Amino acid sequence: MAIAADFRICPTTGLKVHLPAERLIKANAVVAVVFLAIGGLFGLLVALTRWQAVHLLPADWFYLALTAHGLDVLLVWIIFFEIAVLYFASAVLLNSRIAAPKVGWAAFWMMLIGALTVNVAVLQGASSVMFTSYVPMQAAPHFYLGLIVFAVGALLGCGVFFGTLVIAKEEKTYEGSLPLVTFGALTAAIIAVFTIASGAIILIPTFLWSVGLVSHIDTLMYKLVWWAMGHSSQQINVSAHVAVWYAIAALVLGAKPISEKISRLAFLFYILFLQLASAHHLLADPGLSSEWKIFNTSYAMYLAVLGSLIHGMTVPGSIEAAQRAKGYTKGWFEWLRKAPWGNPAFAGMFLSLVMFGFIGGISGVVLGTEQINLMMHNTLYVPGHFHGTVVAGTTLAFMALTYLLIPLIFRRHVMFPKLAQLQPYLFGIGVLGISVFMMGAGTLGVSRRHWDISFADAALSFDYPPTAFLLMGLNGIAALFAALGGLIYVIVVVSSVFFGKRVEGKIELGSGAGAVAKYGSAGTLKIPGTAVLVTVFFTCFVLYYFVNWKYLSELWPMR
Amino acid sequence: MALTPPESRVWWKEPIAKVELTWVIVAFLWGLVMFFMMVYWHVAGEQNLSNEAYRVDPQAFSKKTQAMVDQYTVAKRKSRQGEREFPVVAPPPGTDVYLIARLWEWWPILQLQKGQRYRMHIASLDWLHGFSLQPVNINLQVHPGYEMVFTLTPRDKGEFTIVCNEFCGIGHHGMLGKILVVD
Repeated sequence: MAIAADFRICPTTGLKVHLPAERLIKANAVVAVVFLAIGGLFGLLVALTRWQAVHLLPADWFYLALTAHGLDVLLVWIIFFEIAVLYFASAVLLNSRIAAPKVGWAAFWMMLIGALTVNVAVLQGASSVMFTSYVPMQAAPHFYLGLIVFAVGALLGCGVFFGTLVIAKEEKTYEGSLPLVTFGALTAAIIAVFTIASGAIILIPTFLWSVGLVSHIDTLMYKLVWWAMGHSSQQINVSAHVAVWYAIAALVLGAKPISEKISRLAFLFYILFLQLASAHHLLADPGLSSEWKIFNTSYAMYLAVLGSLIHGMTVPGSIEAAQRAKGYTKGWFEWLRKAPWGNPAFAGMFLSLVMFGFIGGISGVVLGTEQINLMMHNTLYVPGHFHGTVVAGTTLAFMALTYLLIPLIFRRHVMFPKLAQLQPYLFGIGVLGISVFMMGAGTLGVSRRHWDISFADAALSFDYPPTAFLLMGLNGIAALFAALGGLIYVIVVVSSVFFGKRVEGKIELGSGAGAVAKYGSAGTLKIPGTAVLVTVFFTCFVLYYFVNWKYLSELWPMR
Repeated sequence: MALTPPESRVWWKEPIAKVELTWVIVAFLWGLVMFFMMVYWHVAGEQNLSNEAYRVDPQAFSKKTQAMVDQYTVAKRKSRQGEREFPVVAPPPGTDVYLIARLWEWWPILQLQKGQRYRMHIASLDWLHGFSLQPVNINLQVHPGYEMVFTLTPRDKGEFTIVCNEFCGIGHHGMLGKILVVD
């Protein structure tokens, strides 16, 4: 049972915070940020190498850095931070003690040891197999082993989260249904279980193969099952960062979901359909039928996309409703103009929302269209797309949340507030550039994971169009912006956490935080600004979608 | 708010605002449009990846390719460094055309006629490779042990390059091939 001495009452939110939970949140968040710094540095090296005029790294180091970049940011940073979010959304938001903190620490250490093992394997040089580690290219056995240990750790972390939900229900630490943010976190955790199971199914035999106990792994089977982990894990991110959007809107503006029912339904769509996304990576592969590809790539008729489209309206809609309730009612957009743009938590969250939708979302659907994929598969369009989702969407949202976790959980004031204010914009602009320029280069055919697009040493000669080289240069410049934004983030977070002034008493989170009780009945809800934004978004989506079909129709006929 | 349990215990009975419901319906219908667009393109469109593929033994595939090369080689092209020669092979329109992906080349060089149909067979002999035809920008995944078969009709004249766009080791960025399209 919980001991009262293990709790403190948060003076700002009134929540009962379980101290063992708080310690776990801190540990996971700090390690996450460290790996973001390492992985981000590798990313910068990659971008500077692909900037043909700079061409920083030699080939072997380039492929090594690219492998490490993918692993450290896409896997380690994001999952560590997500575990912190899970503990926050369960123990803290539900006023509950955390289930089995010792298991939580076991999870933490397993993830850390796994992550370090993988990094060692990659840095030793014999495991430059990319994040995807497609067979029959073989990495050192401890590369796979590290991943497995990391995944099992993450699974334990999910178990602690589920256990905490059960305890909170049992001990009646909250009334009624789960908060929406916790519901979103639950979505993420459920998808995580599926993801990690898929990872185990493919990585354990691959590990056995690397030590010689299994003779052959089919390449198509590997890709199919690996991506059941690889893509589903991105859906954990989507669920988690959408939950974070709702959380930040609530903490900073007191926003309340415009309809609990619709928002929860949208999360439910994620659970039911997101797992089909493995197909996105197999659209240009032999051996799978078009029926299979179409059904799976569209998440059974775009029902998971529908979930994101819904959140894309309900998140800004709830912000608009909250702002209007506070009196920002002039015209369509006073609520948006007068939003707390100087608050890095809000700024990061809103940039994340807009860029995830316009850049990551639209490009993802287009890229995942069975036939259109023929023009984009394995080109730089693919990393362009997923930097729009995972970096502009997830990473920026997590960064934004950090500015609230520092005062609420670490109980320190954010140091260098001016730099922190600038940070989301700097990082956001950088990531926007990275995404758009890589997608542009991909449209011109430039290959991803490629050291030298001038083909200087090749037996035959070839040149990509000059525009492609220009775009790669711009991508390098954008990466410098993003890296600077990332560096500021790491400096602000690390110095605040260790040297920041301690928070005493209640703090101000945003411009007039505090719950907005009611927006009035559904019939009187007015969110015209959001309706305009959604209309603009939808128009872009439809136009871009059909423009790509037009491009496709100009390709050489094939069937 | 989103951080606390819903204020109304029976939140699932709350009415939905009109603007929100409208968007849900529009988005759902748009999903159907996008879904059926892919189906429609299989009926009416000209660019679809075939569903034809076979399991193949690398040696058998290599043999078939060699037979084609022996029969239809029309020229040789020296590598840039001059140490190697690639056969330029011109199979007649309508026939089977074989293309090997291996570390780190596409072999042989193909010479096709504009506007004619060819039955392409592509397979890898070793690792995963990516067939990326430039500047047309057709991109396919090539697996070892799987022979992908599809019909291709070159629409433009000129020299086209096959870039490998699946990472396949340290020589990956030098892995090129050619398709020459003549009248």
